[in-house]
Amino acid sequence: MTAPKSTRWEKPGDASVRAAQALKARFGDAVIETAVFRGEVTVLVQPARIVEICNFLKLDPDHSFEMLIDLTGIHFLDRDWEYELLYHLYSFRSNARLRVKTRLAETNRIATVTGVWRGADWQEREAFDLVGVVFDGHPDLRRILMPEDFEFHPLRRDFPLEGHGA
Amino acid sequence: MAITREKLEAGGEAVTINMGPSHPSTHGVLRLLLVLDGEVVRKCTPHIGYLHRGMEKLAEHKTYHQFIPYTDRLDYLAPLSNNCAYVMAVEKLLDIDVPPRANAIRVLCCELSRISAHLLWLGTHAVDLGALTVFFYTFREREILYDFIELLTGTRMTTSYTRVGGLARDLPPGFLDQFQAWVKRFPKEIDEWEALLTHNKIWVERTREVGILKLDDAIDLGVTGPSLRASGKEWDLRKAEPYAGYDDLDFEIPVGTVGDVYDRYLVRLEEMRQSVRILNQIIAKMPDGPILVDDPKIVLPPKENVLRNMEELIHQFIIVTESFDAPVGEVYHAIEAPKGELGFYIKSEGGGSPYRLKIRSPSFINLQAIVKLAEGSMVSDLVAIIASLDPVMGEVDR
Repeated sequence: MTAPKSTRWEKPGDASVRAAQALKARFGDAVIETAVFRGEVTVLVQPARIVEICNFLKLDPDHSFEMLIDLTGIHFLDRDWEYELLYHLYSFRSNARLRVKTRLAETNRIATVTGVWRGADWQEREAFDLVGVVFDGHPDLRRILMPEDFEFHPLRRDFPLEGHGA
Repeated sequence: MAITREKLEAGGEAVTINMGPSHPSTHGVLRLLLVLDGEVVRKCTPHIGYLHRGMEKLAEHKTYHQFIPYTDRLDYLAPLSNNCAYVMAVEKLLDIDVPPRANAIRVLCCELSRISAHLLWLGTHAVDLGALTVFFYTFREREILYDFIELLTGTRMTTSYTRVGGLARDLPPGFLDQFQAWVKRFPKEIDEWEALLTHNKIWVERTREVGILKLDDAIDLGVTGPSLRASGKEWDLRKAEPYAGYDDLDFEIPVGTVGDVYDRYLVRLEEMRQSVRILNQIIAKMPDGPILVDDPKIVLPPKENVLRNMEELIHQFIIVTESFDAPVGEVYHAIEAPKGELGFYIKSEGGGSPYRLKIRSPSFINLQAIVKLAEGSMVSDLVAIIASLDPVMGEVDR
């Protein structure tokens, strides 16, 4: 027996799809692709315009993604890009979620979104600390979970699970 | 002779002191670097990470099932709730629905956790402000809840009770009757604690208009859970994005008006009453049936069959050594944990472990608000503010 597929995640939320379409219409080539998986809408965008895009999503009254739920990074070793950054957004107005994703190749720097949501502060510090992405313009980019004198970024693929010894 | 009142600020040289990481009112290993002017906090810089165990890194090296025990150690005051949140994210990735009985028991677990977590919050919050009596009352009830948790899962804190596709074991015989008797009695206890605190002059003066978190700030900082609701936003994932059958249950979302420590107290108190409402409905409507999905590729077969049948032996071997083969994709699933939105982001590249797992813990995000709330407050109020934000360092540091 194989468990029957769930029907809960078949359709993406209308508001999320509309937001993705609005982004494409407004930012054109800066929006590379839109993907839907398990009803979650992910928009892949150019890193150079991340702040503009976030500002639009937050401030545009049709969308108002007021809440930065989560910000995180992924490190890759074997891709055309080295880092992926994920911004999980939530809108109270439309009870919708949106995942904005951007990829960094040959650089580990991206502009901070602390000017858009103040809550990005600790989340960017965590992504810097664990993954090694540098957020330009961040007011206080220090390590947050690891000790200040730690030399590595433990969530990178090439960091061994056991660490580099005591 | 007229006497003059001294200002609270000393007006002299600012003094920098450490509060924590080992301090009774920081509720775990939280260190606050305070710049003080007399009794007034000028600046508060939190230092966290003392309990960092690298859970997200570990997850990449464990199978999906092997990660469940780690979730016990996030918010260790509500392990059952974390267990549920994590497996629901994996189930979303696998695109499966669990049977109704499993969902109902999960709701029971989540609400039991909420009450248990709020009991600890209330007891320690009251102790922090000098009301020791309440602590003994809440811990007595909490102890009873831990007996129920032990009955249900075999252990008190590290429950690891859920499985991808359902639950580890069914309710033990007689559990619902015993639990129902407690649920019936419990609201009277809340009334007693309210009689001790809500109109108590000392309690009111220590909490009202203290640590006001404005709604705009709360949203800007990403604060969720009771702290957001106390600031006036009626937002609860059990209503906004119902999971595990919450949409069939009747309950209300308490919302504050001012966003001070007192509102956060009232909101959590009312949440316990609403949890009782939910538990009553769940106990009355507990469905019969299986507690696991019928899929041998995901769920471990019963042990007696493993010892007799070749096919089930193979299934067990594969699940234990390699786990199930998850589809390629990425999901985020969140539940309304006692502290707020607890979400798991899972990126799968196929295979039996996540490529990346991110824990969106409510305590981590909510704790950021302390920087703003501490500024200008008195040191003694800071104690009330920390307790009212209710951070759990296991979840902050992961």
